Amino acid sequence: MIINHPLLGARDAQEFTYLGDASLIHRPDWQGEDPSGQFHDYLYLRDNPAGQHRELWFHEVGDRSWLVVTRNTLTHEITNVELARDVARREGRGK
Amino acid sequence: MRYSGIRVIKEALSGHKGWGPLWRDPEPKPHYDFVIIGGGGHGLATAYYLAREFGESRIAVLERGWIGGGNVGRNTTIIRSNYLLDGNEPFYEFSLKLWEGLEQDFNYNAMVSQRGILNLVHTDAQRDAARRRGNAMILNGSDAELLDTEGVRKLYPFLNFDNARFPIKGGLLQRRGGTVRHDAVAWGYARGADQRGVDIIQNCEATGFKIEDGKCLGVETTRGFIGAGKVGVSVAGSSSRVMALAGMRLPMESHVLQAFVSEGLKPVLPGVITYGAGHFYCSQSDKGGLVFGGDIDGYNSYAQRGNLPVIEDVAEGGVSLIPALGRVRLLRAWGGIMDMSMDGSPIIDNTHIEGLSFNGGWCYGGFKATPAAGWCFAHLLKTGQPHETATAYRFDRFRRGYMIDEKGQGAQPNLH
Repeated sequence: MIINHPLLGARDAQEFTYLGDASLIHRPDWQGEDPSGQFHDYLYLRDNPAGQHRELWFHEVGDRSWLVVTRNTLTHEITNVELARDVARREGRGK
Repeated sequence: MRYSGIRVIKEALSGHKGWGPLWRDPEPKPHYDFVIIGGGGHGLATAYYLAREFGESRIAVLERGWIGGGNVGRNTTIIRSNYLLDGNEPFYEFSLKLWEGLEQDFNYNAMVSQRGILNLVHTDAQRDAARRRGNAMILNGSDAELLDTEGVRKLYPFLNFDNARFPIKGGLLQRRGGTVRHDAVAWGYARGADQRGVDIIQNCEATGFKIEDGKCLGVETTRGFIGAGKVGVSVAGSSSRVMALAGMRLPMESHVLQAFVSEGLKPVLPGVITYGAGHFYCSQSDKGGLVFGGDIDGYNSYAQRGNLPVIEDVAEGGVSLIPALGRVRLLRAWGGIMDMSMDGSPIIDNTHIEGLSFNGGWCYGGFKATPAAGWCFAHLLKTGQPHETATAYRFDRFRRGYMIDEKGQGAQPNLH
């Protein structure tokens, strides 16, 4: 697979390590309601869709940036790549 | 029709005209006592043991494609019970014991071959861990032997013993481990179940569940609604997809695992060996091809095919362990979809929906578990209670903090 890095251009997927579903950006609030239940769902449960999947990749042997890659799990086709920082800010995270 | 030596001679003398299909191709009935979704090894074994051990007969197995077309036909055919943890080892030992009697039990040649599995060790720490695991196996009624370098050399003289970085210091040998003809497992269970009245319904995809007041009443399928007293889902690889139809999110991701076969060779590899310094495991099929595999590709996938970096990685592992492999040509590579659970261990449990039970999350170790998983799932469906060897395989173990983390790697599905 080739991941089209927003800053560095087309890079081989071997340069990256994979974390999983991009919803992992949104860590639950430990002071919120039912934190242990929230953290259980956050840590262990996944949508695991067949089709479009937004997921976190880390450019480990490159610029060490986190990316949000939109990839089809049925075909491995990558349709969108963004910096995870931009996605997190857009979705309301402060930093 | 029972298979026997006399039967083979009779058929040989009469032009082999008496062999019939191994199972019927029935139309689905409107209602069954038990409906199993998934006609793979586990689903067929579940139906078989429900009929044979628990005396049920109104059972259907629903399969989206054809039986045995999923992971039971895509694995590297290894059976073993060399686990460490209490939640696992009794279950896998139960499974190995069932393998040992399986062919007589269902009257079908599954080519169960207890040729031994050897886990190599390359450091003192690995030897300590192997000794500990071997002792845990023996405590659970299994067999284990710790070999030193000379012991390994006697069995496999062609390995790369003096590798500067990863010298072979010995290995943990389970002589009762081995290989099984994987397709024959699906066919044998299907035939055995069919003979006991189980309807095996192929080309029948589950498209939804009928759930009223927290109770599952049946399955919507591409061949119409099928009512059920109890529904068992046994669709490893697609577990998240099917359980999403019942509104559930599971503690697992689907990943692709590749496997490989070389060209046919003369007998070179008498048993199963696993490399301790890289992820590589290998055996030789009765046709002569070396059957081997390694790590999962490491990203979510439902594609049943992997990418080249893992092929390269597995080949590197193979050649560094068995330098002679360098001249062997790779014949085929393929991929299967694994339920990678969050602790590397499976789930055989009831759900919060009455009448709906689940078997899955086998990571890439489901094949060896086939007989016991079928037995335990049948036990759960019939009695509502987990079998004594499968009490740890619960949905709520993540919430309660009782994970069965055989590798000690934590909540990271793409590591197991």
